[in-house]
Amino acid sequence: MFAYIVRRLVLMLVTLFGISVIIFVLLRIVPGNIVDILFAAAGYVDPADKAHLEHDLGLDQSIVMQYLHWIGGLARGDLGYSYVSEKPALDEILPRIPITARLAGLALMFSASIGIPLGVISAVHQGTRLDYALRVVSLSGLSLPSFWLGLLILMASVSLFGTMPIFNPHPKTWAEAIAIYCVPAMAVGFRSAALTMRITRSSMLEILRQDYIRTARAKGASEASINYRHALKNAILPVITVIGIEAAFLIGGLIVTETVFNIPGIARYLVEALRWRDYPIVQNLVMLIAVVVVFTNFTVDMLYAAIDPRIRYTD
Amino acid sequence: MRSVRTLAAVMLSLLAALGPALAAEKQGGILRLYHRDSPGSASIHEGATYSMNVPFMPVFNNLVIYNQTIAQNSMDDIVPDLADSWAWSSDNKTLTFKLHHGVTWHDGKPFTSADVQCTFDMLMGKSPQKFRQNPRKSWYDQVNEVTTNGDFEASFHLKRPQPALLALLASGYTPVYPCHVSPADMRTHPIGTGPFKFVEFKANESIKLVRNENYFKKGLPHLDGIEFTITPNRSTAILGFVSGQFDMTFPTEVSIPLLKDVKSQAPNAVCVVEPNNVSTNIIINSSSPPFDNLDIRRALALALDRKAFISILFEGQGDIGGTMEPAPQGLWAMPKEMLEAIPGYGPDVNANRDEARKLMQKAGYGPDKHLAVKVSTRNIPVYRDPAVILIDQIKSIYIDAELDVVDTAQWFPKVARKDYALGLNLTGNAVDDPDQSFYENYSCGSERNYTNYCNKDIEKLFDQQSVETDVAKRKKLVWEIDQKLQEDVARPIIFHARTGTCWQPYVKGVTVMVNSSYNGYRYEDVWLDR
Repeated sequence: MFAYIVRRLVLMLVTLFGISVIIFVLLRIVPGNIVDILFAAAGYVDPADKAHLEHDLGLDQSIVMQYLHWIGGLARGDLGYSYVSEKPALDEILPRIPITARLAGLALMFSASIGIPLGVISAVHQGTRLDYALRVVSLSGLSLPSFWLGLLILMASVSLFGTMPIFNPHPKTWAEAIAIYCVPAMAVGFRSAALTMRITRSSMLEILRQDYIRTARAKGASEASINYRHALKNAILPVITVIGIEAAFLIGGLIVTETVFNIPGIARYLVEALRWRDYPIVQNLVMLIAVVVVFTNFTVDMLYAAIDPRIRYTD
Repeated sequence: MRSVRTLAAVMLSLLAALGPALAAEKQGGILRLYHRDSPGSASIHEGATYSMNVPFMPVFNNLVIYNQTIAQNSMDDIVPDLADSWAWSSDNKTLTFKLHHGVTWHDGKPFTSADVQCTFDMLMGKSPQKFRQNPRKSWYDQVNEVTTNGDFEASFHLKRPQPALLALLASGYTPVYPCHVSPADMRTHPIGTGPFKFVEFKANESIKLVRNENYFKKGLPHLDGIEFTITPNRSTAILGFVSGQFDMTFPTEVSIPLLKDVKSQAPNAVCVVEPNNVSTNIIINSSSPPFDNLDIRRALALALDRKAFISILFEGQGDIGGTMEPAPQGLWAMPKEMLEAIPGYGPDVNANRDEARKLMQKAGYGPDKHLAVKVSTRNIPVYRDPAVILIDQIKSIYIDAELDVVDTAQWFPKVARKDYALGLNLTGNAVDDPDQSFYENYSCGSERNYTNYCNKDIEKLFDQQSVETDVAKRKKLVWEIDQKLQEDVARPIIFHARTGTCWQPYVKGVTVMVNSSYNGYRYEDVWLDR
């Protein structure tokens, strides 16, 4: 097991190195850089000013030198400076991480706490009206784009309550804090909850037909014990996989949700940085997301072994 | 009876005297606006978008400024700001400003004439300190040097008379910067003398300004501060305004269809729709085929149905004009009869297009041989939407055009290297003055003359109107130039747009400028009646 973990960690480092190269090269392939954008915004191009600015930002160096400069800095904990705000990239990124982390955490929590129980209920009551109703809910979750749902929530909020949950870094009341985080988390987590619910349902249906469930029933075990202790425990593995994948994909959903709810998190900042071709910010943010995804995958794999005693990682 | 009349007269006089006092501006409160995007920096001199002027103009003062309570910017309404008075020399080549005493920068250092000198030296590129970008350097082409006489007098010495210099100095684009703060610091933490002090600018989040307690204009500003929440999503921003979370929309950012939504959901909101001196026009690459052929360029200008653009995009709320903003808001617009005599501006669109088709046939195109081109434009709705209509309209003159949407980062580099045939472009004028518009957009060698249009005869007329001190004579020259520019198909103007601004009924003292969207954001007169 120890050797397996070490091997996975080494593999993770190699993966992250590969990702860093890909991010770096892809960013430079995209036409235009910050200097082009600045001059585009100013509505003129002065070749001398442009060359001067490119030199100041180190954009006239070779791509290899630029990469080494970045990766060397990263190794020393120096993320460079934002081309736009001219502040250290770390100072720009750090305050935004807790905002997005809170939102993502809440969205995942919402997804799991709604999706798993509803999936179990739907499977247990297969073919009933309740099952059909829950399946309609899950289908809607999968079909409604989160930006549309977000806007709908905002419109309903303005129409019903005359206000809307707009982001405030220092909420005055608990109610305000809940509104500014939970409502967007629900908007972004709804799709994820729907997916979790479908996977839980189908996985549960398969397990509920197994012989050992019939045996448990014959032994007189209660329905709750059968459903949650025997069936769900065995049906949960694919659900964990899906939640792991969803955690990685969540950042995509958050870009839209953070924009619609005007939340200054890293997802929206990433889009803005990309628009400005603010390389230090984009590189470091994508790298951060890559680290999160790689570690999430690793954690999910480790969870398999913890949850299912049949799974053992060996050399 | 007489005593009753006397008493009534006394009462009326008292009411008249007390009226203004009763309606006196209230002090305090934070004005909350949304901002349409995150500006690249806080340094107005380095930018060319009003996304910078709106939040940062309140931090600064100019030497002179357009009266912030009058909607139409004109030379007659330029009022003192940091300068108490100004005077032209007898040869109209020196403009001298007497500066206000006792003004301090927000960091406590005194403001002097040296600050004026070094600001304009930087703008003219004569200072060791350089701006990262200097998009309005050409505004000061006629300024030889700026000199000081003591701490409170500064003079602009011109190469030749240029009455319009005062108009340029009154623009929101011309604040005075402090000598002791570097251009780099001004981008991140601007220091000014203005009614509001900069507090913070969190990219993509918010901009905060707070009242300058030591503002040299006594009793101003009325507000305790201004907060901009950066809200790029237009729907969210409008919902925020409707629900009362914002006191005001971002100026001139409410489109005509959105305005209907606002009025239906917030019927008490005060909304105005005004032109803002931004024209939508066509840039033509006349240096290579097929548009090196004047007949094809003329045919293109004749094919335009300007009313259709305005009707589709603005529900009829737009204006047709030449280079200068149409009257009555624009000060320099050609008379209607003169405008309609220009090819393509006549009311009979079918007749214009018949003529255009003849020109196309003369150039070798017709029903059996269409000209295939691309219409390039920025990937932004205000550019893209009219480009689509343009493509549809020029089909009628045997031109099959394809839309080529270009990322903003690539737009100006592409235009600069002439990698386009036709382009759909927007041109915003900071000042409603021919000097700014003509030299910037049509002068030979100007950086913003994207089409490289160069006509030496017209260039002479540019100079002739620029030195003219008699406004009536200057106007006639301007009309003649504008007419020639349209006839030359230098940059066919399609329309001048109108846009909306809304604020809550308790916001008072807001004036939306009608012939520039860059000059009216000092906000020192704005107050909240609640």
